[in-house]
Amino acid sequence: MDFVKPTIEYAELAPLLIVLGGACLGVVVEAFVPRERRRLVQVALAAVVLVAAFATTIWVATDLAEVADGAARGLLAAEGTIVVDGPTVFLWGLVLLLSLGGVALFAERRLEGGVSAFAGQAAALPGTEAEREVSTRGWEHTEVYPLLLFAVGGMMLFPASNDLLTMFVALEVLSLPLYLLCGLARRRRLLSQEAALKYFLLGAFSSGFFLYGVALVYGFAGSMQLAAIAEAVRNDTENQGLLLVGMGMLAVGLLFKVGAAPFQGWTPDVYQGAPTAVTAFMSAATKVAAFGAILRLFYVAFGSDRWSWQPMMWAVAILTMVVGAVVAVSQTDVKRMLAYSSVAHTGFLLTGVLGVQGAGELAEGQVTSLQAVLFYLTTYGVATLGAFAVVTLVRDSNGEATHFDRWAGLGRRSPWLAAAFGLYLLSMAGIPLTAGFVGKWAVFTVAMSAGAWPVVLTAIASSIIAIFFYVRYIRIMFFAEPEAGPDGLPGEVASVTTPSLLTSATIAVGVLATVVIGVVPGPVLDLAARAGDFIR
Amino acid sequence: MSDVPWLTVLVAVPLVGAVVVAALPRAELAKLVALLVSVLTLGVGVAVALQYELGGGMQLTETHDWIAAFGVHYALGVDGLSLLMVLLTVVLVPIVLAYSWTHADEGRGASGSTRSFFAWALALEALSLAVFLATDVFLFYVVFEATLIPAYFLIGGFGKAGRGAAAVKFLMFQLGGGLVLLGSVIGLYVVSAQAGEPSYLHADLAELDLSTSAERWLLAGFLIAFIVKAPLFPLHTWLADTTEKATPGTSVLLVCVLDKIGTYGMLRFCLELFPEASRWATPLVVTLALISIVYGALLAIGQDDLLRLVGLTSLSHFGFITLGIFVFSSQGQSGAILYMVNHGLGTALLFLTAGHVIERRGTSSISRMGGMEKLTPVLAGLFLVAGLATLSLPGLSPFVSELLVIIAAFDYHWWVGAVAVTGIVLAAIYVLWMYQRVMTGPGPLAAGAAGGAGEHADDPARREPAGHGTDAPTGGTATATATRPTTGTTAGSSTAVGPRDLRPHEVAVLAPLVAGLVFLGFYPMPLFDVANPYVEDLMSHVGVEDDAPAVPEGTTVEHAGEGAH
Repeated sequence: MDFVKPTIEYAELAPLLIVLGGACLGVVVEAFVPRERRRLVQVALAAVVLVAAFATTIWVATDLAEVADGAARGLLAAEGTIVVDGPTVFLWGLVLLLSLGGVALFAERRLEGGVSAFAGQAAALPGTEAEREVSTRGWEHTEVYPLLLFAVGGMMLFPASNDLLTMFVALEVLSLPLYLLCGLARRRRLLSQEAALKYFLLGAFSSGFFLYGVALVYGFAGSMQLAAIAEAVRNDTENQGLLLVGMGMLAVGLLFKVGAAPFQGWTPDVYQGAPTAVTAFMSAATKVAAFGAILRLFYVAFGSDRWSWQPMMWAVAILTMVVGAVVAVSQTDVKRMLAYSSVAHTGFLLTGVLGVQGAGELAEGQVTSLQAVLFYLTTYGVATLGAFAVVTLVRDSNGEATHFDRWAGLGRRSPWLAAAFGLYLLSMAGIPLTAGFVGKWAVFTVAMSAGAWPVVLTAIASSIIAIFFYVRYIRIMFFAEPEAGPDGLPGEVASVTTPSLLTSATIAVGVLATVVIGVVPGPVLDLAARAGDFIR
Repeated sequence: MSDVPWLTVLVAVPLVGAVVVAALPRAELAKLVALLVSVLTLGVGVAVALQYELGGGMQLTETHDWIAAFGVHYALGVDGLSLLMVLLTVVLVPIVLAYSWTHADEGRGASGSTRSFFAWALALEALSLAVFLATDVFLFYVVFEATLIPAYFLIGGFGKAGRGAAAVKFLMFQLGGGLVLLGSVIGLYVVSAQAGEPSYLHADLAELDLSTSAERWLLAGFLIAFIVKAPLFPLHTWLADTTEKATPGTSVLLVCVLDKIGTYGMLRFCLELFPEASRWATPLVVTLALISIVYGALLAIGQDDLLRLVGLTSLSHFGFITLGIFVFSSQGQSGAILYMVNHGLGTALLFLTAGHVIERRGTSSISRMGGMEKLTPVLAGLFLVAGLATLSLPGLSPFVSELLVIIAAFDYHWWVGAVAVTGIVLAAIYVLWMYQRVMTGPGPLAAGAAGGAGEHADDPARREPAGHGTDAPTGGTATATATRPTTGTTAGSSTAVGPRDLRPHEVAVLAPLVAGLVFLGFYPMPLFDVANPYVEDLMSHVGVEDDAPAVPEGTTVEHAGEGAH
């Protein structure tokens, strides 16, 4: 058998290669740069890599060739395993921007009195002499930056993969660094390690489902390529059972990653246990990447069989929205509340996903489900990243104060920060003139157009429930008095630690984006519309 | 038509003013600037009214693309209905701000500052104006929901203990209704897209040919949202709690301006976009309106809290307005539109005078009041005028509108009219009984002299903290003002210094409302001139003709609805 040298479209894949290359370089830096200088080098490297990747993404985006009579733009790269098309570059850009915010939060050192939020040495057992020694020496793990870059690389590959194996590899590349990052909290280390283990075990389990699904679908279609699968789905009416079970297994793997019910169990624990900077990055960027993959898999590979998977999506979306909204009401910890709210948002996004319609069924200029989901991901990612960034700042003597009581009256002590958090919550609640409203409108509309009115009604009902806990939180911040402690004295309340420019800038940019996209959503919507369709 | 985008200016002036006021360093300066801005807005509103051409349909229109992907436009326009609502808003806001000049300090909680009260009030004015001017359904929806944010902070930040919970309740009801409306707004997009190119312009949507079931479903969403907003039974429960806890100034903005969006929306959207379905829903809506009229009045009679009482009278009044809208005759609809204006003036006066009474007595509990008449004759007189306007005494403007609505109700069906008329009787009971308990009887001095122990029971500041632990330090109006009668009785029992009467500037603030009530009571023609052309257009659009106005046949039951088929 002759060996044929594969052709790699280096130019179009440049953003991906830059990020993965930067990650490898970060590992080298870890080995060769002295400990005291590592942080600066790593932060600078990560930032430069992300900015460079973003710049090349824009360059790639402007240069994509039109295919299929202008319905889509892009090309198949790397022997047909990776596809660089409009949605791909949109998601790349989004992931890179959110990761840039993540790096800024990772690099914040002013909050913990001169050290980062990550453990000095993850290997040191909590409470031992070794840990104290590390702590007094002020060490910190600078490996988090290469880990972040690897995760970003996986997130970029995930929605761009054009066959099931690449998709699986991408899933693992994005997941493994996240498992590690979750366990690296400097404070409450046991909680953090527990979260990491839980995430890892369940994540590995769901990967198993995904892999089994890959095998079954291969058995049905005889190919890993999404296009070939789509072809088989269209033509082959044999072995429908194999296809349906395989589709279900793949869905389990992907729905686990986005935290859809009934696979949402890990979300609150992991979001709460992980260092908040990691939670911010993970909750925003992972969801973007995983929804990109869901869209590609279900629209491209199973698009012509959508009558088979839409009922499942209906059920999952309804369940996810209801579970997320209802359980969030009973939370008393802000990170857990945001976790359940992110579950509810997964449901809203799925509402957009199941609103897919054939090209012939849409009116001229009508919003497509792809456009709606891409837009929603943008608004959700920005608001979530910003909200968790605010959480990192609100602290008491034990570090971050995540209990509701501690936030009482924050609006009076730090009006600007409380207002920023309030704005993020309003955006998540979907109040008009914030970005979240337009996103919600878009996904509900596409679902309604596709005739999924029961889902839309459920979505509206869950939005009403969701508004309750968002508004209650705003009330706690602005109108509640701190409750008295058991000794009758006013209880301890959290105050806002002044952050460095890194965190403040992340929050400020998020606020600005939330307002601007809310008032003038046109440009972002057009961008999502211009992304066009997937290449099949 | 001039080149100046007058309507945008009208919205922008208070909006910019709100931002400026929020950024000003000193509270005194902020108050002054806020008042000037609201007067300037009044000026712009009058300028718009002067350019308005009677019977000219939608005027001064501005249309720009906003979100092209959704077919959404930034489109403003003014017609007879919106003009009246705009004028009501721009007149009431300066009055509220002037009234709140001193009260915002007293009624504020630790979380609110005087400055933010004025800033939020201006923001609310700007958004309300935008609601009344929007001619794009999406734009309407956006500003409709956005008004809730200033309203939430006005309720939650200013008023008495328990206002935080009241604010959440208010917001939950409103946003809940709003999300139901969102369902219908989305539905409109879908049917509009199916009909060709998606567009949210009111004019485009009114021409859509909807299937019967689609029209009814869409109407249901709009109607539920407006029933929450207006409010009508059974979605009214937020109203009493909100008016009880909020300051009277806030209540005026909410009940007299913001709630009008509900009845405005019924006319503008339910009737104009879904005429057939609206006629189909008439029996249900009329029933709800009648229940609201009677039930609201009965509840009002039973209230002990003065502000709760005033709030619940509005439930009854909104029942009248809705009734007038949904009986589908030109008298009914002219009456309803006039009612919206007159109710705004009358209830504003009632809220503000009630606020003065409460400030002087240090309690809002009617059973602890009495005998104010002799000590504060001017206040008592104005309070009486406001009360009489509320019960629609002939000679005051609400009489005209209520009469029209009741005539139209009788015309619709005799028993509808019969039930509506009981509202008048009940209104007489709650107003006169309220006046009697608050103003007549032995005076507060006598009550104070009866014993020092009674003084403590009278003082809500000492009673409420026990019940509301979290808000205790912010006792609000009560804490700040309760001391006044107390010191009056203990320190100056020989000189008999009771609650002082209204000062000239306080009278001056209320004077425009009284003047408006009396003038429009004797000469309502200006309102008719504006409202009637709108009603004529609406009636022809809906496809309903009035019955022949022959008096003898009036007794035979002849529906307005029959003319349509």
